[in-house]
Amino acid sequence: MTTILAPKYRRGDIHLFDADGAGFVYLASAGAIFALDEGAASVMALLGERQMAYGEMVGALVEAGYSRADAEDLIRELRAVRGIVSDEIREAPLAPPVPPEDYPLQALVLNVTNQCNLACTYCYEFGADKIATPAGKPKYMTLETAKTSVDFLLKSSGDRESPHITFFGGETLMNFKLLRDVVLYANEAAAAAGKRMTYSLTTNATLLTDEIIQFLSDQAVGVTVSMDGPPDLQDKRRVYKNGKGSYAVMEPRLRKLIAGHKTRAITARVTLTEGVTDVIRIYRHLKDDLGFHEVGFAPVTDSGEQAYTLDSDGMDTVVSAFHELAAEWLAYALRGEMHGFSNVSETISELTQGTNKSHPCGAGLGLVGVSPSGDLSPCHRFTDADTHVLGHVTTGLDKEKRTDFLTRGHVGAKFDCASCWARPLCAGGCHHEAFVRYGDTGHANLHYCDWIREWTEACLKIYGTVAQRNPEFLERFAARKGLS
Amino acid sequence: MKHLKPLNKKALRIEETISSTEEDVIALQQKPMHTPMGCSISFSPGWEVDAGGGTAGLCQPAERDIYDCYVTCFWPVQVPDHVNYSPDWASNCATAAKDWRSLDIIFP
Repeated sequence: MTTILAPKYRRGDIHLFDADGAGFVYLASAGAIFALDEGAASVMALLGERQMAYGEMVGALVEAGYSRADAEDLIRELRAVRGIVSDEIREAPLAPPVPPEDYPLQALVLNVTNQCNLACTYCYEFGADKIATPAGKPKYMTLETAKTSVDFLLKSSGDRESPHITFFGGETLMNFKLLRDVVLYANEAAAAAGKRMTYSLTTNATLLTDEIIQFLSDQAVGVTVSMDGPPDLQDKRRVYKNGKGSYAVMEPRLRKLIAGHKTRAITARVTLTEGVTDVIRIYRHLKDDLGFHEVGFAPVTDSGEQAYTLDSDGMDTVVSAFHELAAEWLAYALRGEMHGFSNVSETISELTQGTNKSHPCGAGLGLVGVSPSGDLSPCHRFTDADTHVLGHVTTGLDKEKRTDFLTRGHVGAKFDCASCWARPLCAGGCHHEAFVRYGDTGHANLHYCDWIREWTEACLKIYGTVAQRNPEFLERFAARKGLS
Repeated sequence: MKHLKPLNKKALRIEETISSTEEDVIALQQKPMHTPMGCSISFSPGWEVDAGGGTAGLCQPAERDIYDCYVTCFWPVQVPDHVNYSPDWASNCATAAKDWRSLDIIFP
């Protein structure tokens, strides 16, 4: 019996895209981006139609004017980066490895209070789809718990030189006194440990005072303001308990913050809901009228059945506006200017690195949340939720629970993600959103896959275009860290 | 790489990895030339079996195994050693496919 081995070649685990008239490949198994020359693009096109043997590919290239040696070089390059693969090679299926046991912590999200002076109707902490079970638990974090948290972070941060604390709520500034004391304590404790602590906070801006602004600026605390847009949109759902809108209260305070806080960028974080989809108008107001440095948008997290749920029509409106702002972002980039639409900036930053995520975010890995009681959770979104407790600041992380959370949340455990080229950046999406939608933090967020792919493709095209026409601009993103 | 241009950090790392293996140590390039003997440099197809486990369609006869080990190899194997002890072992076997029966056991 004679067996002749003639392996067939096919496209690898890749996504091809065009930008600025050139062809590119995004390697889904690595997160790498390569520009293709004409020959490489033509091999990819041929393999898009059918599988081919080595000799056929060489033949086609020779016919197209390539020398035999050059054709073989080209195929070898494509094979080396796994842009093309032979059918003899079977890739091992993605499988979640056992998570590292002693992964050093980078960030702690301190929920300094679970109380809020607003009652935004879509709030994941107090709204219809809440998972928190705060009954009988402390409403405000004590200084003792906060100091123990700082010690826990310093002890668990390994060799990391600049661990980070994010202050969160509830409304963070309802416990500003604690925040101030924690910062002063953490500065000293970090210095004693040979480290430098950095800070950020998220606020609704209604309780800002001159004193607070001065403190935030002095201590270089990065500020993210939750805000939904101009008065009519802001006041639709970001309301006080009596239903009154919050715009009029926050606006003057916000302007003072932006004018007075010069040490860190001030960013806005917009939640898109039913009827709050006019992304362009929101962006213009926040960026141009109010002066935020950056504005980021995210659709509301919900079970899919709430009055404020963004339906697919709403999503379409949002996505088309995203494309419009993205085009603006690109025009700025080609002129060497930064645009404030952070949904693009964040993705470009990850593409610059070639990020290839095992998990959608650092929750439970380099980042954990701390509830007012000192309970640890994967992130701030799981604060005070009994079923998601991962330990306590006094006793540390419960390794078994953390391993379970990370194993289920690993992209390799999400069957649907295995065949998706956008998984290096998405990795299945937010653990919390998955829990709210599907009752399992390890479930892929299938309700927005198409949207994620469309958006990632748009950002890849921007990346390709800038890489062709103004590559130096991308260097600015090399050191940028993800804010999310 | 000539046909692919790396555009992000991960792509650069992949390119580095590939070019480092391309410039890896290449066998038999030492000076002065060292020529190992025996099957460590026998890359001839047909040495063992084909992909299906058979031996019939190989481009070299299975009997070749006997002679490659016997003639060129100093390593003690399950065939007699032509180099040192049994220079005449195969002298009655002109054509292995036909005369293999005349290859006898050796009693050292």
